[in-house]
Amino acid sequence: MNINLTLFGQMVTFAFFVWFCMKFVWPVIIDSMEERQKKIADGLDAADRALRDLELAQSKATDQMKDAKQEAAGIIDQANKRAGQIVDEAKNQARTEGDRLKVAAEAEIEQEINRAKEELRASVAGLALAGAEMILEAEIDEKANRTLVDNLAAQL
Amino acid sequence: MAGGNPASTTEYIQHHLTNLVYGKLPAGYERHTDHGVETLQADTWTMAHGGQEATDMGFWAIHVDSMFWSIGLGSLFCWMFLRAAKKAHTGVPAGWLNFVEMIVEFIDGSVKDSFHGRNKMVAPLALTIFVWVFLMNFMDLLPVDLIPELLMLAGVPYQKIVPSTDPNITLGMALGVFVLMLYYSFKIKGTGFVKELTMHPFNHWGFIPVNLFMETVGLLAKPFSLGLRLFGNMYAGEMIFILIATMFAAGAGAGFVSGGLHAELFGEQTSGYFWLVIFLLVTGVCWLNLKGKVSTGKTVLLCMAFMAIGGGLFALGGGLMQWGWAVFHILVITLQAFIFMVLTVVYLSMAHEDH
Repeated sequence: MNINLTLFGQMVTFAFFVWFCMKFVWPVIIDSMEERQKKIADGLDAADRALRDLELAQSKATDQMKDAKQEAAGIIDQANKRAGQIVDEAKNQARTEGDRLKVAAEAEIEQEINRAKEELRASVAGLALAGAEMILEAEIDEKANRTLVDNLAAQL
Repeated sequence: MAGGNPASTTEYIQHHLTNLVYGKLPAGYERHTDHGVETLQADTWTMAHGGQEATDMGFWAIHVDSMFWSIGLGSLFCWMFLRAAKKAHTGVPAGWLNFVEMIVEFIDGSVKDSFHGRNKMVAPLALTIFVWVFLMNFMDLLPVDLIPELLMLAGVPYQKIVPSTDPNITLGMALGVFVLMLYYSFKIKGTGFVKELTMHPFNHWGFIPVNLFMETVGLLAKPFSLGLRLFGNMYAGEMIFILIATMFAAGAGAGFVSGGLHAELFGEQTSGYFWLVIFLLVTGVCWLNLKGKVSTGKTVLLCMAFMAIGGGLFALGGGLMQWGWAVFHILVITLQAFIFMVLTVVYLSMAHEDH
């Protein structure tokens, strides 16, 4: 219970240990702790950001999907329409072609008829003349009667 | 060690409260040795033989045990924490590093709560004080007789293993804190500190002597209360361990007849009553044996059983009480270490406050 040199011995020891702690222990540990805190905070921030990014990407993807669906539906609609159109066009074409063919056929028939008529007309004149020659048994002035006969033939 | 002889209780306690002292005995000092009185021719630095010589050495003496344990525990603290610091990294901490970081964070929080100045030294100072004082206090929880007794066998006559029960140690630290307080007071406040001392309670030049007296007393009271609080608490705690040990370690011996008789004769009440009961039981059994009611073999067995139970009960009682006090003391040692640290921080904070 005596106060003696131990007092100062302890003071010196105390100073040394405090110095030691201040120099080699405290800063190292507290620095690493602060750095870790920062790292954790950064990590949490990054995680938050990533989550937000993910949400954004998801909503974007949904939008794109919706767009694509719409587009596809549009394309199908268009295709259907086009198909109808093509069928209609084909029908029309066929009809006009048919019409045309019909007209051509009709014209040809007309032509054939006319040609037959011409031929008939041509031969009718000769036949009439031959008939008349046979009937008259006389030579008729071909030139004088020609007009008559042609008129007759034209009446056919 | 109390042994079986309670008459030596006072001696036992005194022995436990005596430091191992190395110091200077003045010339002409009469030393009482085994060979008789020996008069020193010149000033001699030597180990003190007993408390009287230690007292006579006066100031020029050093408590070897206190210094040894104090430096040893301080080195332990530095080494353990340095190991953690070497391993410190920014990844996931584990094991010892985790524990150290927990303490560091706790100290850092406490310091930030009560210290508002800018000083890189306060937090490490607080850490050193807290852990070191805790370790010194912790020595109190080791069984009181264990290390002194072992060292006694090795030839070291005295040993106090709890440095914080030595006022030199606690006051030494408190004075260290005091020096820091003065240093920072002057550094931060300069003449403001002088003004604080002379003009403080009564702001008038006529009151300067009164102010100076009051403020100086207040200033000096800080380190003294700081050191003496720790010392007082630890000393009282140690004392209770020693008293429990004397009561029951002596009692364990008292299960056997002679120690108990001594207890009865020299006023060791508790162990005395225990001894009396056992003595009566043993006597009763012997008496029954004489009357022929109990066979001799049984008598011997019963007597031995009574004595063993008596001794065992004492040992058990002592052990339980030591254990109970130790559990309570865990709170005390932690709290005292914490208080010492917090007050240091608060005092330094006051030294930094400029009005």
